[in-house]
Amino acid sequence: MAEAAIELVGINKSFGAVRANRDINLEIQRGTIHGIVGENGAGKSTLMSILYGFYQADSGEIRVGGKPAVIKTPNDAIAAGIGMVHQHFMLVQNFSVIENIILGAEGEALLKTSIAKARSELVRLEKEYGLEVDPDALIEELPVGLQQRVEILKALYRSADVLILDEPTGVLTPPEADHLFRILQKLKDEGKTIVLITHKLREIMAITDNVSVMRQGAMVATRETARTTVEELAELMVGRRVLLRVDKDEAKPGAVKLQVKNLTVKDSRGVTMVDDVSFDVRGGEIVGIAGVAGNGQSELIEAISGIRRAVSGSVELDGKPIDVTGFADPGELRDRGLAHVPEDRHHVGLVLAFEENENSILGYHDKPQYLNGPFLNIEAIQKDAEEKIAKYDIRPGNPRLRTANFSGGNQQKIVLAREMEQDPGVLIVGQPTRGVDVGAIEFIHKRLIAMRDQGKAVLLISVELDEIRSLSDRILVMFAGRIVGERGEDATEGELGLLMAGIERQEAAE
Amino acid sequence: MEFVGIMLQIFDATIRVSVPLLLACLAGLYSERAGVFDIGLEGKMLAGAFAGASAAAVTGSAWMGLGAAVVTAVFFALVHGFASITHRGNQIVSGVAINFIAAGSTIILGQAWFRQGGRTPSLSGDARFGAITLPGADAVRDVPVLGPVYSELISGHSLLVYVAFLMVPFTWWVLFRTRFGLRLRAVGENPAAVDTAGISVTWLRYRAVIFTGVLTGMAGAYLSIAQNAGFVKDMTAGKGFIALAALIFAKWKPVPAMFACLLFGFLEAASIRFQGLPWPVIGKVPVQLINALPFILTVILLAGFIGKAIPPRAGGVPYVKER
Repeated sequence: MAEAAIELVGINKSFGAVRANRDINLEIQRGTIHGIVGENGAGKSTLMSILYGFYQADSGEIRVGGKPAVIKTPNDAIAAGIGMVHQHFMLVQNFSVIENIILGAEGEALLKTSIAKARSELVRLEKEYGLEVDPDALIEELPVGLQQRVEILKALYRSADVLILDEPTGVLTPPEADHLFRILQKLKDEGKTIVLITHKLREIMAITDNVSVMRQGAMVATRETARTTVEELAELMVGRRVLLRVDKDEAKPGAVKLQVKNLTVKDSRGVTMVDDVSFDVRGGEIVGIAGVAGNGQSELIEAISGIRRAVSGSVELDGKPIDVTGFADPGELRDRGLAHVPEDRHHVGLVLAFEENENSILGYHDKPQYLNGPFLNIEAIQKDAEEKIAKYDIRPGNPRLRTANFSGGNQQKIVLAREMEQDPGVLIVGQPTRGVDVGAIEFIHKRLIAMRDQGKAVLLISVELDEIRSLSDRILVMFAGRIVGERGEDATEGELGLLMAGIERQEAAE
Repeated sequence: MEFVGIMLQIFDATIRVSVPLLLACLAGLYSERAGVFDIGLEGKMLAGAFAGASAAAVTGSAWMGLGAAVVTAVFFALVHGFASITHRGNQIVSGVAINFIAAGSTIILGQAWFRQGGRTPSLSGDARFGAITLPGADAVRDVPVLGPVYSELISGHSLLVYVAFLMVPFTWWVLFRTRFGLRLRAVGENPAAVDTAGISVTWLRYRAVIFTGVLTGMAGAYLSIAQNAGFVKDMTAGKGFIALAALIFAKWKPVPAMFACLLFGFLEAASIRFQGLPWPVIGKVPVQLINALPFILTVILLAGFIGKAIPPRAGGVPYVKER
């Protein structure tokens, strides 16, 4: 067996009353790719932040190359040869690539010589690992895939031997993710050790040598990847059996409920975000819109649901027009049976400072059943909230609790319960499972399928391609504001991935 | 020739009134580039002006005055730093508090120490920074146009004027050519990137506010012991705020900051020069309106003529490691 690059022994870390890491033991072999999986809040990122010196453990020991190491600051970690690629890139947006790379590792007080040195070093790294990037480009002008490459280069420039990547594929298109994996493979071949934190089990199976599973702050298992299965890992993560595939019957599409014609939407800077988009959604079907974040999906559903004004085009709900270029307002659309679960539940979907019961009727608070003359009928609202809590298994089941104190998955259930329980004819859902753990994902997916089976029209946008593929009856792919393709539910990941990257099938074949 | 004479006078006055704006503006630049908003420039300048004039009056030395002004302003800057960096307090509230403390305490202490209604004793001789005649100024005086420009406009100012204008290229060099500058700009944009690169965000921001203190102290000293001969209550008269406006106008860049300060200085100088004179067509314009011109212009310029001024992204936000 190879020697250990990193050993963590008995690591404990608490934030107030929350025990983020409890008695963690972990051994990472040199020259391997080691995956760490777990649900949101399982403590993966905390553990890696401890290893990188961003936090300090309350107790426990870190050994690097067999020797105990004291890692109190990122500086210590860098000195010990540990580099980290953060989930949210630690880059200065209006700096050039080279400025970002030397930041903190300049060497000398004047920049001229350090920049010259970095330039030649970059050329070497580029050759050695195939990490090409223009050193003088501004970060904010680079696509996220390249920004991530800069992060990797930053770590390599500091001669890291161990590279930690925190959820690296969350922001990438499938082809970009594949490219990243080839780079990681190459780094491994050159003798680097890689720690990959992710919640995507398929990535673990595809690229890692070993995998460790975390649950509720504890390390529950470490497996050799070749000797485990996705099902076993999922069960270890959640602590019970999980149904990964969504079971659904054949769709029975009915009449057209929502029709979008030639819709064009610009953002506040005047950039066209949605460009002449047309499609329709029938009752009894789920239409999924796939695409990498930022290709106009958000603006599209905002325009349809009356939050953002469109420049031109028309939208019809049950055959009657919505004034999307003028004065469509979400309240009126709600009355007409169009419910919207926004992408950003923290800023658009919920008022986090409100109590759960207040959020669970927000936007429907002027319906007669919640009113008592001009006043809110507190009792009725409480009762209504309790019913939703029971039906959607929202935990903790206390309608008086501040919404900020619920976990991401439960907050999402509060929004879904509010919108679904009003029995809308059309439901628009943005990123229904972003930041939601595996157990709750299963539940949310079942509810969406149930809506469809009741004959409702569901429009789904998600950056999770798996989610789009398993829920949708028809899949539209958006790229640069346009719908670049429509596929059935049997579309393969490969062809959708190419469409998402803006590559037509013919081009790809050439 | 008379017109040239008048213009020279106005430009000369422009330089003199621009200096406190320029020093305060560069002071704000260091702090805000590091992500610490500072609306307490005014207060630090005022405290510096008072301390400078007091020390100069007592010791009879302008240099002691300058030293006292800088120390006092740095102290206030550190108070702002302690509140907003160490304790992550609201930077606006802290800045406002410093303005109030400075406005009140200078009057109280001035009255207690000198008993002249909040003024400090009139300074003269070595207790002030006098005009410096640059080499050759007298020799070229009679050369047409260029002579007077050199001998009156460029030569004949106090030391702090030259320091202030030299601070512009120096600040540019620090910001864009040194490691410290790179880190300073980075910490105002994305402190987390600086932190994960193994650099202390706190220490970096403290150094920035200390710079701010030094420069506001110099601005204050210029007001009370170079431009004027003593401290008068509220003598900064909003210059700290105009400097902030100039900073935004200049999009947080040193060279444009100089031009912005010169523009505001020019307006002030012109308003003094033309006070009470009848204008063609309009007739006599009230003094108050002329005095308000720089402020009106600020509003107009900021409202739309300069395009979008994007402040440092992390400005005003205390840095907290995210969980």
